Amino acid sequence: MKTLRIICPNGHLGFAPLRLESFQLGVDAHPDYIAADSGSDDVGPGPLATDTSTSPLSWQTHDLEQMLLASRKIGVPMIIGSSGDTGSNSRVDLYVKIIREIAAAHRLPRFKVGYFHSEVAKEDLRRRMRAGEEVRGLEGHATLVESELDATARIVAMAGVHPFIALLKQGADVIIGGRSSDSCVFAAPAIHHGFPESHSYYLGKVLECASFCAEPYGGKETVLGEISMDDVLVTAMHPGQRCTVASVAGHAMYERSNPYFEHVAGGTLDMAECHYEQVGERTTRITGARFIPAAEFRVKLEGAGKVGERFIGLVGIRDPYTIAHVDEVIEWARAKVRERFGDGTDGAYELHYIVYGRNGVMGDLEPLKDRPGHELCILVQGVAPTAAMAEEVCMIGSRQMFYARLPDVKGSAGSVAFALDEVLRASPGCRWTVNHTLRCDDPLELFPTHMTTAGV
Amino acid sequence: MATQKLSELAKTIRSKNAGVDLITFDIIFTRRENYDRVRRSRVLSRETMAQLFGLSPERIADFVEFDPANAIKFTIYRVRPSGSPGDPDIFGAQQYAPLLDLQIP
Repeated sequence: MKTLRIICPNGHLGFAPLRLESFQLGVDAHPDYIAADSGSDDVGPGPLATDTSTSPLSWQTHDLEQMLLASRKIGVPMIIGSSGDTGSNSRVDLYVKIIREIAAAHRLPRFKVGYFHSEVAKEDLRRRMRAGEEVRGLEGHATLVESELDATARIVAMAGVHPFIALLKQGADVIIGGRSSDSCVFAAPAIHHGFPESHSYYLGKVLECASFCAEPYGGKETVLGEISMDDVLVTAMHPGQRCTVASVAGHAMYERSNPYFEHVAGGTLDMAECHYEQVGERTTRITGARFIPAAEFRVKLEGAGKVGERFIGLVGIRDPYTIAHVDEVIEWARAKVRERFGDGTDGAYELHYIVYGRNGVMGDLEPLKDRPGHELCILVQGVAPTAAMAEEVCMIGSRQMFYARLPDVKGSAGSVAFALDEVLRASPGCRWTVNHTLRCDDPLELFPTHMTTAGV
Repeated sequence: MATQKLSELAKTIRSKNAGVDLITFDIIFTRRENYDRVRRSRVLSRETMAQLFGLSPERIADFVEFDPANAIKFTIYRVRPSGSPGDPDIFGAQQYAPLLDLQIP
């Protein structure tokens, strides 16, 4: 095999549906693989903490059906990483079930479905910590301690290429992956077919977000990557999009702190010496990527936990004097919550105010926070262990703003405006608890692989 | 030369999560001379960005000039991870506005 070609129709399968026209053009180019990643930590800690998806089932099914029917029709493997937004075990099992249902509905000839799980049991991690293993913090986090582990509902490990390659070796026609690095979904088949790690990981890096590496801007369109022993080519499939030097180089920066390095389980992709060259109207060629194997095999862990149930309230203010003293209004309401439930420093509850019209979007980062608008909207959030308590925290925190006593206010009938005199139940409050790495002896030890079949 | 706003010189000015603890800012130029002009001006640096956003210097995680894309990129630490209760911008997508009107000599 001199080159290997992979199409990617969606940078986050399920979050919004893939676009059919460019996908069909990609399939017509007869690639060797059809692959996409289906996860992101952008969706916040809620889905992992509560083991749900943010993507609707119908959109997940739509894209899996399109990809499965195409891959079976042209007889090439299909690979999915980070199933169902989080890559938790239940999401992997859901995707395997969807694949089997689609195969049965279309009476597809029998094929092999490989899948792997990525969850790490809390007690397994606790055992390793007690045995002296340091679970190292990323991005400013301290080493993981048991109290943070206790606050965690679920942990997934970020797979590299290893479980994908293991399943390809076993002859999988479809792979449904647990949580995995986006780039490894594409790097794995390239490495499996003997291409250099450097170009393979770069191929994954450039394909992972589908048409985000093309211009003009337009998501969910298919792109085609081709790897050889010497380079990577990437081509936009949508007739109105092009992969240019600027768009491909620009994509290297997207959603990452540093444009030169991509860390994966087992090493680092170094893009510092990458050279970009326009070789066709819609195609850019990339050379110069390097891969630096890690001295120690460490796997990234993601964990999230539920803080509590959550209610929200909305409050408006128009009086300019009250706007100028809004912090005192908030403090008045906070004091009433403290009288009822204590100061919350023991974690009994959380009460948050987002002041739109002043610094709602940026908080402390807002340079113009001393220049509020002529009216404000305040989002009040109460979080507590039970729904009843969260509702009361939020209700006191919202309604007491009405009774705030400011010394020189002219309006003495109420300090704020309510569009609703109620508070509303929101999704549970959750938070990321684990953003760490764990040393492993065996690249597969956190990622058990399984094989089943689908079709008739 | 008269000063111009950064938003008149750059094609893209954006912010976005880079993982759960970081927000990264990208300023991308179509024309090399605009990229060079902004770099030469030193209006964008670790120090000026810390000042603009009211951050202590150690909250700037990275500051990179990325020649292949004619781009300047810097990254800041969040106080709390994205999506924690009270976080007003889960995707970190609306933090770039103060950059738009920066005056470039």
